[in-house]
Amino acid sequence: MTLTPPLGTPPVRDTVIQLERVTKVYRTGTLSVAALRGVSLSITEGEYVAIIGPSGSGKSTLMHILGCLDVPSSGGYHLAGEDVSHMSETALAEVRNRRIGFVFQQFNLLPSMTAWQNVELPMVYAGVPRAERKERAMQALGRVGLAGRVGHRPGELSGGQQQRVAVARALVTEPDLILADEPTGNLDSKSAADVLRLMAELHESGRTLVLITHDTDVASAAGRVVGIRDGLLTENDRRYLESIR
Amino acid sequence: MNWLETFRTGVNGVRSHRLRSFLTVLGILIGIAGVIIAVGLGEGASGQVTSEINALGSNVLTITPGASTSSTGVRGALGSASTLTTADVSALASPVDAPDIKAVAGITSDSEVLTAGSETATTTVQGTTPSWLTVRGRTVAEGRFLDNQDVKDHDAVVVLGETTASELFTRGDPVGQTVDVNGVPLTVVGVLTSSGSSTSTSSTTDPDDTAIIPITTGQERIFGGTSRNSVSSIAIQARSSADLTGAYQEADHLLLQLHGITDSADADFTITSQASLIAANTSVDHTLTILLGGIAAISLIVGGIGVMNIMLVSVTERVREIGLRKALGATPRVIRRQFLVEASVLGLVGGLLGVVAGLLGVLWLPGLIGDPISTSPTAAVGALVIALAIGVLFGVYPASRAATLAPIDALRSE
Repeated sequence: MTLTPPLGTPPVRDTVIQLERVTKVYRTGTLSVAALRGVSLSITEGEYVAIIGPSGSGKSTLMHILGCLDVPSSGGYHLAGEDVSHMSETALAEVRNRRIGFVFQQFNLLPSMTAWQNVELPMVYAGVPRAERKERAMQALGRVGLAGRVGHRPGELSGGQQQRVAVARALVTEPDLILADEPTGNLDSKSAADVLRLMAELHESGRTLVLITHDTDVASAAGRVVGIRDGLLTENDRRYLESIR
Repeated sequence: MNWLETFRTGVNGVRSHRLRSFLTVLGILIGIAGVIIAVGLGEGASGQVTSEINALGSNVLTITPGASTSSTGVRGALGSASTLTTADVSALASPVDAPDIKAVAGITSDSEVLTAGSETATTTVQGTTPSWLTVRGRTVAEGRFLDNQDVKDHDAVVVLGETTASELFTRGDPVGQTVDVNGVPLTVVGVLTSSGSSTSTSSTTDPDDTAIIPITTGQERIFGGTSRNSVSSIAIQARSSADLTGAYQEADHLLLQLHGITDSADADFTITSQASLIAANTSVDHTLTILLGGIAAISLIVGGIGVMNIMLVSVTERVREIGLRKALGATPRVIRRQFLVEASVLGLVGGLLGVVAGLLGVLWLPGLIGDPISTSPTAAVGALVIALAIGVLFGVYPASRAATLAPIDALRSE
């Protein structure tokens, strides 16, 4: 587990995510906890994958590594052909900016900014000129059905609307991967259905989506379901899926 | 992300917490305003004193009685003894014994009430000789100054300072009019030109609030009490600034000889130069400025700590925001800059408001405390730079904390 495994075949074209025996060990004092115990996963362009697991399964750790918010303890991670497993924090920030769109459970919109200002934020860090930023932010908000709410602040929007702003923010940079972490966790069933429909639309338009959830109903919206338990993936394990239902 | 965007983000950060930002800015504001007023007070005071001393004339030494040390070693206070006489004045005027001395004026003075018709004015009446005009470097605006005949004949004439003249004679020409002092009617023969250094509001130091009479008239008819031959001070003017030391030595030597004193430590008079007066006053003002400036500087440091405190609170409170910005692609460097800009904006705004408050104080305070305060552009610019530097300095640590937050820890916090 602590040995670095030999890296496998070079990533194939059109492979967005290539995880090779990824481990993640957290050390607190003398105690070390293995949150991921050798995870290999390959996701190709245009796939809609749900990663499902109960809390404590390593699901959040996997999401952090997939989102380049953290680096693996061992193993390899290629994102869109780029090895991101040993990058500096600054380089990772640029990768996140360019390649990943996040949708969080708590929406994570900045309360002092209007909807379009929130959506343009990743483009501010990417150095996109002002006028273009605003135009693209407006387009993205139109796409999630919020053209009439661009000047509202998050506090003036419902939960479902806030999450749609977050989706607009995730897709505005045309990322290689949209990573949604329990996107419906804080929503009522109607808003949740709206957001899932939006995700399905994005999938149809060719986006690569990874949805992390503990809810099998939500997971069933995806084309491919990957289970996670005790830091290991159990793909196409119907019995496991049944057991956590 | 360019600087303009960083600046915009930083300003938004400050604006989204208005009350907190205002209170933080207040700390800097008070410090900067304090510095400006303290420096202004110091410069104003020394400027006033210097101009008053300069108004005494150029290359002038003033001899005052006193400072005699008794056999027990107790030194008398300045002006406590009337040891100077008209004989001393004549001796000092000798071009043979004192070649470096150009002019000598013995002066007796007292505060008296002047009456002209229904107007009265309290002023310093100085009894002296015609050479006073040269020694003090003054000129006559109207009429004439005292002449030797006035002194010789004990004439009842007076030359008024500009301020005194305008107080007594609100209308018409004062020359030829009569002024009563202690029941003695004096004819006004002239009015002095303004000294141009009348910065003070107090009559004791205003060189234009005075009345000049012949020394003989004063000793005989105006000033009561003391010996008729005594003078309260002697002003001597050296031929040039290079001769000042020579003049000093000649005066010292002559007076010691005349007073029969062998040891100069026992001298019953004190000779002061303008330079020594200015130096003494400057050092006092300097101490004052350092003291006030020190207090202001301490309040600035306290203000800076306030900035740091609020930035640390801000970083802790905005952990989620920082995490989100990082997730969206903000590099540690960009986050650091954002918080540094916020701290600098607090410092700069505090500095700007402090300069405004300081300048208002400089305009308003003199009317309240009766002391001049000078405005110094250098102090204002310096204060601004200091305020900005404080913002940056005390913002570095909180900004680094924000920059090094791990994005997952930042996002995880509730």
